[in-house]
Amino acid sequence: MTIVPVLGAIALPAASGLAAVALRRRPAAGQAVACATLCAGAALGLVAAGAGLSGGELSAPGLGLRVDALSAVFLAPICTVCALGAIYGLGYFPQAALGARAVRLQLYYGLTTAGMVLLVAASNAIAFLVGWEVMALSAFLLVLTDHERAEVQRAAFVYLAATHVGTIALFALFALLRQAAGSFEFAAMQGLSGAGPRASFAFALALVGFGLKAGLMPLHFWLPGAHAATPSHISAVMSGVLIKTGIYGLLRVTGLFDAPPAAWGTMLLLLGGASAVLGVAFALAQHDLKRLLAYHSVENIGIIALGTGLALLGRARGEPALVVLGLGGAALHVVNHALFKSLLFLGAGAVQHATGTRELDLLGGLARPMRATAILFLVGAAAICGLPPLNGFVSEWLVYVGFLAAMERGGHELLAFAVLGVPVLALVGGLAAGCFAKVVGVVFLGNPRSAHARAAHEAPRTMLAPMAILAAACAAIGLAPAAVLPALVRAAQAWSRLDPGLLAPPAARASAGAWRVSAVAAVLLLAASGVALLRRRLRAPRAAALRQAQGERLVETWSCGFVAPTARMQYTGSSFAELLVRRFSWAIFPRASVPRLEGPFPAEARFHTVVPDTVLDLGLAPAARGFRWLATRAHLLYLRRIQFQVLLLLATLVAALAWGFVW
Amino acid sequence: MLLRTVLHLAAFLVLPPLVLGVVNRTKSVFAGRVGPPLLQPYYDLAKLLRKGAVYSRTTTWVFRAGPVVGLAAVAAAGLLLSMGGAPAALSFAGDFILFAYLLGLARFATALAALDTGSAFEGMGAAREVTFASLAEPALFLCLLVLARATGTLSISGMLGAGLPGAWGSAAPALLLAAISLFVIALAENSRIPVDDPNTHLELTMIHEVMVLDHGGPDLAFILYGAALKLFLFGAILSRLVLGRGDGALASEALFFLGVALFAILVGVVESVMARLRIVRVPQLLVGASVLSVFALVLLLR
Repeated sequence: MTIVPVLGAIALPAASGLAAVALRRRPAAGQAVACATLCAGAALGLVAAGAGLSGGELSAPGLGLRVDALSAVFLAPICTVCALGAIYGLGYFPQAALGARAVRLQLYYGLTTAGMVLLVAASNAIAFLVGWEVMALSAFLLVLTDHERAEVQRAAFVYLAATHVGTIALFALFALLRQAAGSFEFAAMQGLSGAGPRASFAFALALVGFGLKAGLMPLHFWLPGAHAATPSHISAVMSGVLIKTGIYGLLRVTGLFDAPPAAWGTMLLLLGGASAVLGVAFALAQHDLKRLLAYHSVENIGIIALGTGLALLGRARGEPALVVLGLGGAALHVVNHALFKSLLFLGAGAVQHATGTRELDLLGGLARPMRATAILFLVGAAAICGLPPLNGFVSEWLVYVGFLAAMERGGHELLAFAVLGVPVLALVGGLAAGCFAKVVGVVFLGNPRSAHARAAHEAPRTMLAPMAILAAACAAIGLAPAAVLPALVRAAQAWSRLDPGLLAPPAARASAGAWRVSAVAAVLLLAASGVALLRRRLRAPRAAALRQAQGERLVETWSCGFVAPTARMQYTGSSFAELLVRRFSWAIFPRASVPRLEGPFPAEARFHTVVPDTVLDLGLAPAARGFRWLATRAHLLYLRRIQFQVLLLLATLVAALAWGFVW
Repeated sequence: MLLRTVLHLAAFLVLPPLVLGVVNRTKSVFAGRVGPPLLQPYYDLAKLLRKGAVYSRTTTWVFRAGPVVGLAAVAAAGLLLSMGGAPAALSFAGDFILFAYLLGLARFATALAALDTGSAFEGMGAAREVTFASLAEPALFLCLLVLARATGTLSISGMLGAGLPGAWGSAAPALLLAAISLFVIALAENSRIPVDDPNTHLELTMIHEVMVLDHGGPDLAFILYGAALKLFLFGAILSRLVLGRGDGALASEALFFLGVALFAILVGVVESVMARLRIVRVPQLLVGASVLSVFALVLLLR
């Protein structure tokens, strides 16, 4: 197939922002043209991804472009989410109302999209790094959209520092790979030996460079701030697809090595487990809706890393079942997380749009004024918790079955202990369900807790339509998972270079299971509609009679006989999560300012809590402050007088001489 | 074979309230009361289905959908349950994960319905339910892993099927630990003493019951029936695990239903002789169950 769709998917989004600049006197038209151009590019990208997923390969070595099944797994969600985000922006971030700010945003939005497409379609390290930097820098400018706010400036600076540290690691990584292979082409690097210190060093560099972008646990520190500070459709793109480029890089680079050592897989399993458990624990402790969702990205990246680690172990030990299930689960979770996390961020954007706040404990009762948003958000919440019959269940199930296969194939060897990933995933699933019960309950259910929430209104159609498409995609993958399985097997094959014949038996087994998951999902839907129908029939005569006799029987909620409960008596998000957060007091250190209430008529007082990120706020930031203090001290000492400088010179000379004498 | 599966599904849908009746009768015997008839739970369900319901002004469609989804999810989980050694209606490698997540879906729906009332008490109940469930979930998976490892299969039908008697021969200590741990989880998941008291009347101390305070009529009937189904699911697994014998379809069926009855009596006995634990103690109980099953699993893995 020709490479034209890929070129279009890079060029059209990159140019889309220019329409907004050119037509800035007619803002509505400018934004519409920009959005249409980006969507056209994304549609071309989806064509290319479809070709890659169905076994074709688009390649243009001269241009440094190549799309195989592994690239396509990432290309498809990138195009989908970016296009839907642009449509959402028509209602959420209108150029007509916001002027230059929106023009800038669209310029950088298009560039970010183009950068991501270029990097997943790159066939050599140079094109990859160009795409990587375009994406990273334009995303920095996107984070800076509301640049007047101090919170935004800090988040953007932390992101810029983090992404540059990652880029340095990647430069070193690709220099190392070039030295080993003699070329920057990925095709020439294929088949490098996984043994020896050079390969281990390359893996460590990849883990730092790509792990920083993906947000693996100790390297996640830039993520919550950046995702919370940006407009919601940007958060959706960043959280849904941009951080996945880190996973793509990790897969692309580990795929270059033949027989990677088992230690790589073990390392990823440990990091993934830590990310998953601590990510969801930090999410539980948050009371800012978007920060909470951002920490859930750390959790989901952890689940993806668990699948990837399993697949690496499978390659190290020659177990195709682990490769198919681990990589298949990880790849499907990449797609799934892109769908439901962007759905949730778009939903959070609708809430912020309607109420002007992201603070959970100021919201409540939004299911009434924002009925459609509530339904769509609930679909996303159930999907991210891995509840059947939605897509999150399927990818987690594949990873679970991968762990079970490790137990089955491992016999009495160490490999069998990988099965301990099962209770870890179960714990994560339970905590995530608790966290989203909190989010949905506190934001959409109960009574409004503040004037912000009482004034809420439904989002416009341009914002609801992209969310509806994402929710439909979540349901479709959840109901018919076997339909996407062949594409996942192709991705596993493209990554591992194993013989397709070896991958077929475990794939067939997984497919048989996936069809039965569909059957249970169908029974679940049938049973639910049956019970709902029964309920309606039982209630119909009664309801008619009652309505006639005394009107609807609507009363106050039961509060132990108290007749005038208020919205402030409801359980808050913080109290809901408190029991669980307390279990993680060894990792999370919330700071509460508790006012003292004195006398029979205490004055008005405020209670509030902050949950600092343990790595950034308690580790890196104090370390950086300490380093700056040391540096200033050393500098002052040096500058103070000339005699001291001479003394330093002399001391250095003596030290050098001593070095020469002794050795 | 097909007939047996259909009969099992019918038993799964019909018998659970009777199990509840046995639990209540056991408790009344211990208390020296005559107690309600064994079939009382059926009468209660029939009465509730005929009644009207009162709704809070705060509630939305989520409150009305909660019991429906909860019941449907638990009923769908029954498709994967193997009874009396016969294979389930549907089975595949890793089906126990779907089984556990269907129970999770039921819990999620109930917790959201509780939060929809805007009541502080129901919020408290939902918070406790999700907290304890997130600790019970890993323990449940560990127990099932022990079963999977001991029998060398990855589906519920395989774990509780013909391979089980052989597994008792080779891995009895691990299976015993798993059975004890599974019984603790069954008590916690079904809100029985010592984790939660189904008969309590103090909202502040309740977990599951407080979440359904505002439900009435058919909605409450669905919730009670769903809870009975869930108790039966756990009773069925434990019965087969402890009394599992492979010889003869009829004998193993008889033994299986006897085991479910014994499970109900045991739950009643525990409820009669123990006090409810303080809520801060519950996590320790559940973590204890996890540790027990990790130990069992390591016994089999090494």
